[in-house]
Amino acid sequence: MEHYVMNLTLKVWRQKNTNDKGRFETYHVKNISSEMSFLEMFDVLNEQLIQEGKDPIAFDHDCREGICGMCSMVINGRPHGPWHRNTTCQLHMRAFRDGDVIVVEPFRANAFPVIKDLVVDRSAFDRIIQAGGYISVNTGSAVDANAIPVEKDKADAAFAAAACIGCGACVAACKNSSAMLFVSAKVAHLGLLPQGQPERKTRVLNMVAQMDKEGFGACTNTGACEAVCPKGISIDYIARLNRDYMMAALSSPE
Amino acid sequence: MKLDAKIPPGPLENKWTYYKGHCKLVNPANKRKLEIIVVGTGLAGASAAATLGELGYRVKAFCFQDSPRRAHSIAAQGGINAAKNYQNDGDSVFRLFYDTIKGGDYRSREANVYRLAEVSVNIIDQCVAQGVPFAREYGGLLNNRSFGGTQVKRTFYAAGQTGQQLLLGAYQALERQVALGNVIMYPRHEMLELVLIDGKARGIICRNLINGKLERYFGHAVLLCTGGYSNVFYLSTNAMGSNVTAIWKAHKKGAFFGNPSFTQIHPTCIPVSGEYQSKLTLMSESLRNDGRIWVPKIKGDKRHPNDIPEEERDYYLERRYPAFGNLVPRDVASRAAKERCDAGYGVGTTGQAVYLDFRYNLINKYGRAEASRRGIKDPDEETLVQLGKEVVKEEYGNLFDMYEKITGENPYEVPMRIYPAVHYTMGGLWVDYELMTTVPGLYALGEANFSDHGANRLGASALMQGLADGYFIIPYTIGNYLADEISTKPIHIDHPSFEEAERAVTERIEKLLDVKGTQTVESFHKRLGKIMWDKCGMSRNEAGLKSAIEEIRSLRKEFWSDVRIPGSANEFNPELDKAGRVADFLELGELMCIDALHRNESCGGHFREEFQTPDGEALRDDANYSYVAAWEYKGESQWELHKEPLIFEEVQPSQRSYK
Amino acid sequence: MKWKDLFTSSVGKKWVMALTGVFLILFLIVHAGINACIWANDGGVMFNKVAHFMGSTIVIRILEVGLFLGFLIHIFQGLILEFQNRKKRKTGYAVKISIKESTWYSRSMGLLGTLILLFLILHWKHFWVPSRFTGIPYPEVILESGKKIHNLYALMQSTFSELWVVIVYVLGCISLFWHLLHGFQSAFRTLGVSHPGYLKIIQRIGFIYSFIICLAFAMMPVSMYLGWVK
Repeated sequence: MEHYVMNLTLKVWRQKNTNDKGRFETYHVKNISSEMSFLEMFDVLNEQLIQEGKDPIAFDHDCREGICGMCSMVINGRPHGPWHRNTTCQLHMRAFRDGDVIVVEPFRANAFPVIKDLVVDRSAFDRIIQAGGYISVNTGSAVDANAIPVEKDKADAAFAAAACIGCGACVAACKNSSAMLFVSAKVAHLGLLPQGQPERKTRVLNMVAQMDKEGFGACTNTGACEAVCPKGISIDYIARLNRDYMMAALSSPE
Repeated sequence: MKLDAKIPPGPLENKWTYYKGHCKLVNPANKRKLEIIVVGTGLAGASAAATLGELGYRVKAFCFQDSPRRAHSIAAQGGINAAKNYQNDGDSVFRLFYDTIKGGDYRSREANVYRLAEVSVNIIDQCVAQGVPFAREYGGLLNNRSFGGTQVKRTFYAAGQTGQQLLLGAYQALERQVALGNVIMYPRHEMLELVLIDGKARGIICRNLINGKLERYFGHAVLLCTGGYSNVFYLSTNAMGSNVTAIWKAHKKGAFFGNPSFTQIHPTCIPVSGEYQSKLTLMSESLRNDGRIWVPKIKGDKRHPNDIPEEERDYYLERRYPAFGNLVPRDVASRAAKERCDAGYGVGTTGQAVYLDFRYNLINKYGRAEASRRGIKDPDEETLVQLGKEVVKEEYGNLFDMYEKITGENPYEVPMRIYPAVHYTMGGLWVDYELMTTVPGLYALGEANFSDHGANRLGASALMQGLADGYFIIPYTIGNYLADEISTKPIHIDHPSFEEAERAVTERIEKLLDVKGTQTVESFHKRLGKIMWDKCGMSRNEAGLKSAIEEIRSLRKEFWSDVRIPGSANEFNPELDKAGRVADFLELGELMCIDALHRNESCGGHFREEFQTPDGEALRDDANYSYVAAWEYKGESQWELHKEPLIFEEVQPSQRSYK
Repeated sequence: MKWKDLFTSSVGKKWVMALTGVFLILFLIVHAGINACIWANDGGVMFNKVAHFMGSTIVIRILEVGLFLGFLIHIFQGLILEFQNRKKRKTGYAVKISIKESTWYSRSMGLLGTLILLFLILHWKHFWVPSRFTGIPYPEVILESGKKIHNLYALMQSTFSELWVVIVYVLGCISLFWHLLHGFQSAFRTLGVSHPGYLKIIQRIGFIYSFIICLAFAMMPVSMYLGWVK
């Protein structure tokens, strides 16, 4: 791996709070190593801003290993930046070259209001899970784990759906700000397993209803969500949700 | 004050049953009147909050992240142990108990560890029922892998994302209780003070991280499930936000801190690449199942690893520990790596790394099995490698991808470079058998307590402990306390104790902001981390620890006179949040060094250079140090040591041998 | 959940789009089949006969009402959805989201649909309105049986004698091609086909269908303008 250093121009969205209008500001960073992660480059910039007596840029991040789903950012028109199947925290500076101009914006959707700078409120996702993204089993009432065999293919497919980290890149990339990939991943994860069958119908109806209520758009199968998903969750799960939804709706008692 | 662990009477295997049969209960109507605060929503916190909500208690749960789903339990990779014996390879509750006690180098409590092994089987049942998609065999039954420090396959897993799947299970159970109104969730809230009324834990003061406002919450009991404090080392595998603040505040309010210096250094992490580095990334221990660790036999060999022939490679773990080979416990593997690197055999640009090589098992383990399954006769080596890769992709694909993203190298082709890094803290608040700290009504669960792992935790046991505490232990033990609280009316948050606690928090924040110095919080944190890593890290000695204590004290003084925190208290201000956490780390670091200094022996992850066997293994001193060190806070830089003797009835402590 | 949520939920609205879409896809096959009769090159005899049959059978006249409704619902629902979806992001991005894995035409269904709608209005004015309401300004054709029928063929010939009309029609067909290329497979996804194997087949059929149908339609005005059919 060839290592190199670079100087960059950053155009970053700054917004004091939810009600502020917000604007872009331009910053220059020097001697950035190609070995750094994108967020470490932001750390360097923030240290620089604090030393200059300016307000550092607020951005969400926590695990910095691509699994907690806390980091966001739209980098040069792509959520989580240019790399495929990646989160912002795992993006490394070797994706950029000396002299590059990088535009950084928050995830944008009405359902994800900006809290400050690049930090957005994604609690809508929690409320969607509250609407039915679980299997109702109280602690202590479970049968032996091997009592119900699960086909390996189905278990693998359920895992692939359950790998969703709830980051919201799907919403940020979607021209309709739709949360269908997120919702369908949870519906598929639980709906594929035998344990998830009793609530399969109510789950999909309630989760879709909550998604609509939160102000996400409708899916038009453009596939942008799948392309930016750090975990590569397939839009085929959306088709599965559509089927589950209609089956449930058509047999709904009211 | 005498420490009473409240271990139930009777033979080891009946203690938990006895306890459950004799503890006090709270009837369903009274549960509705009792409020419980749960701080932290990782495996321990989320499972506790969900389960207590199901039981009917009124629960308030807090986390500093934007959603409970993001707690750092999510990053656990390899798996979770349980004594299911589905593999028919000789596992049992006793064996899991024994492995854990031995793995912890005989510095944990028998009764707790036995209980942990006992409930481990229930955890798997519960998680499967919640829809956790564990790996399965073609027959539809659960699969297992093996982990360090054991000779059976008892680890359940979901690719390299087991922690994520378990946490999502607990998170979903928690959100279900939120929907039912049994739990109120407060995300982006950080606990900054514990409120005591008449000596009992009765509430917390939180900062709402969005608007910076301080808020008061009452609870009949308070559960701290806030994880570990590895970030005192600055560089660790923990999340950026992981901190000690909640348990440190509790410690300063009277909760004893158990074995603070017991830190786990994980052997397989991606090595540091530069000064700017903000965190370290773990490569799951499960990789040691399939990877072989080696360094060149020639000092300073700069050849490409693939060009070094087999006979010039030193598989030092297999050489030193033939019985366990690459699967020795973490402390042993870490020290062995350090020994090789210190001796000049390290690889990579810094010389601070060893190779973890998958080629042998790609070919011999997975490649051959897959070739045989597909009916390929006499496959050549390249075919075997190809087939092996496909299987490994399914088992660890995400880890290999992660490695490639960080280092830019393809681990299927080139051996991984790895080095030990701080990963987990066995130390934490001292708790009794009921998980209660020395403050009545204050509990600590999961990594936040001094835990069941003694001086070294075995792989895949942290997830087990977090969930055991939350799902199966606290629901019983908290009832034993709350049964006497049913007549306590909720205390209004205007109570003077709340006022006073909030005032203390306000003053501290103002003090921090008023320093208006020249150095950033981050720079102090880095300096603290360096002191801790150099002098209280993988190996420690008296002189180093003594100087570390002095250095930390002066660094702390410097911090309070020269830190620069931008912005104000009443806004979203991550630098201020970080400053508070680093200020607490600066106090904790000192206690860790004091603890490490007082323990004149080596055990598990605590390695004192003065105390080692002739062949460099940890030398325990059971006659003098077979106890839990529980430190009582007495004022700045002052602690009083209390000892809880460890009495072994079932197992006899012996020199740990993995040879 | 009430039954009417079927139409008001985001998934329900998509179902309406998909169902009407599939209906229109079927219609296009019939439409293209009939029009292809012009290539019989018999001076429009066959074409006029088939067109007459379509216009005179009561069953088909009833179906036509359904067709019209299908068009209206697809158009209005589509426009409403497009505007509603756009409103879900009040503050837009400074750098336009660019994701090469997602096709431009799948992200431009509203625009393509609107272009098709504009084309349709012209198309209706050219053919549907005269044949149903205002009458065709050409002498009727007398069949062997003595029956008199509209000379739609003559109307086509005169309409497609103007270059700009031909160009507009070809552009309309190109818009239709991209619209169908996404719409065909998207409809099946919305209707719940999630198996990757089937989806691959559907995608292929969708491409072949869109290509053949749109090529056929586009070649009609071109054939007439260039005098390939007489």
